Amino acid sequence: MTIEPNKLPCSYFTEKIPLLLENGTSIDELTVAYESYGKLNKNKSNAIIVCHALSGDQFLASKNPITNKDGWWNRMVGCGKPVDTDKYFIICANVLGGCTGSTGPTSLDPKTNKEYGLDFPMITVSDMVNAQLRLINHLGIEKLLSVIGGSMGGMQVLEWAASYPEKLFSAIPIATSSRHTAQNIAFHELGRQAIMADPEWNGGDYIKLGTRPSKGLSIARMTAHVTYLSEASLTKKFGRRLQDKDEISFGFDADFQIESYLRHQGLTFVDRFDANSYLYITRAMDYFDLEKTHNKSLTEIFEKTKTKFLLASFTGDWLYPPSESLIIVRALSAGGVDVSFVNIESDKGHDAFLLDEPEFDNAMRGFLESVSKEVNL
Amino acid sequence: MDRKRLDLELITSLVERKSRILDVGCGGGELLESLKKKRNVIGQGLELGQERVNQCVAKGLSAIQGDADKDLSLYPDQSFDCVILSQTIQATSHPDVILKELIRIGKKAIVSIPNFGYWRVRLSLGFYGKMPITKRLSNSWFNTPNIHLCTILDFINLCDQLNIEIEKTITLSSKNTKSYNGLPNKFSNLLSEEAIFIIKA
Repeated sequence: MTIEPNKLPCSYFTEKIPLLLENGTSIDELTVAYESYGKLNKNKSNAIIVCHALSGDQFLASKNPITNKDGWWNRMVGCGKPVDTDKYFIICANVLGGCTGSTGPTSLDPKTNKEYGLDFPMITVSDMVNAQLRLINHLGIEKLLSVIGGSMGGMQVLEWAASYPEKLFSAIPIATSSRHTAQNIAFHELGRQAIMADPEWNGGDYIKLGTRPSKGLSIARMTAHVTYLSEASLTKKFGRRLQDKDEISFGFDADFQIESYLRHQGLTFVDRFDANSYLYITRAMDYFDLEKTHNKSLTEIFEKTKTKFLLASFTGDWLYPPSESLIIVRALSAGGVDVSFVNIESDKGHDAFLLDEPEFDNAMRGFLESVSKEVNL
Repeated sequence: MDRKRLDLELITSLVERKSRILDVGCGGGELLESLKKKRNVIGQGLELGQERVNQCVAKGLSAIQGDADKDLSLYPDQSFDCVILSQTIQATSHPDVILKELIRIGKKAIVSIPNFGYWRVRLSLGFYGKMPITKRLSNSWFNTPNIHLCTILDFINLCDQLNIEIEKTITLSSKNTKSYNGLPNKFSNLLSEEAIFIIKA
């Protein structure tokens, strides 16, 4: 299946006012593709933005039209769920640079009327947030009840809170970090090199040339996917079990279940993701360093902010480990900020925030309910 | 009313409305909840056990995991109207350092202690020759988290040494509760099971 991002069934917001980017260039025509759930109340005080992670999209809690699967956080967001669509108006937008409808490398460059490809400007996490800000301004929302996100979504949450504290009552950065570590950058570089080494990538011009770097993107996804799991979860799920056979083949077929699983992950990913988008977004994450961008220490960035924070991390997450969240928690405490922090016992790795973790659900529900009470929702 | 409940009620009554408070060793958030409900405070909790922190957050209370011995230094000077240390000081490694930290972070602090000078405690050690086990101090010597027990008199002396002012004292025994502006009378060290102090720099 090929992606035709601008035809996906969801809401679109387009504005022809240039969006200035952190690198000094701009995007002249901005489109944000988004989904919303629940109803915006009269005083527009019940809006929540959920920011998606690297490989996520706007289909947060509704069927994904590309994969025909449930939304990626269906477990957390919905009627009666911790992020309750009966109470809150929840917006999830495809990030700037993404490939499911928002302006990105697959969009048409208004200057040439051809796909941007590598002519797309280098974007950052703060550019992503500025695109979302345009959307909420368009929707007439002055202050968000909360901004929530895990992993790269959590980086956007931190950036929201750092740049627009007056725009949000609360912030929930989950399984994230205030800057990408060397290890984080290293894994992303593996993925990018795999894409760029694929001859079908064609220097990024594959759309114009009618090719697709599926192999490269698939390997990138396989590498990344391993970082989202943990040794314990891999052992539990696959161990050394063989795939559809009783004996090893003495060859390079997918003998082991884990190999077959990873290949499947890689293959299905290329149906729903664009290789250049993958390059741009991983780069934006690598460039993420809150202290550097704001030229202040974390404590100074958040000092005395009125925004209420809930941070969550998972003990088995080695990609964005609890120690990274703790750095933020300490800085917030030192800045006199109202902060809560839960570290959830889990062996499911980084992906735990997307999986069944009842204690995490309870924390989310409790925190959002207390914030709702404070703003008299 | 049980003793824990009474301690909680008394501390609640000592806290000013709508003040900003930090509860050090907040447990599952019982005191924070009471303060939020009855005194409308902006409360924060610090608790060593992550499970109990998660319980607090699920109740809608602000809490983080942290160690009173290490993490109080994070907080800026005078960042809270009041810092509370309820029945926790005896389990810390450096009570003197902690007391100084409390009044640095808070404009005042409320500290409650089990009194090791209580006559039953003295009787247990003096008469039976055994480490005391009471309702308040229910662990055996080998598994108790309470490594720095003190008497009311010890606490007063330490405050004096550290130039900490005791603004108010409440003493508790099974029979009655007495309130003093400043220091308690000299019999309280023998007759009280517990004391609550309001201290400031």
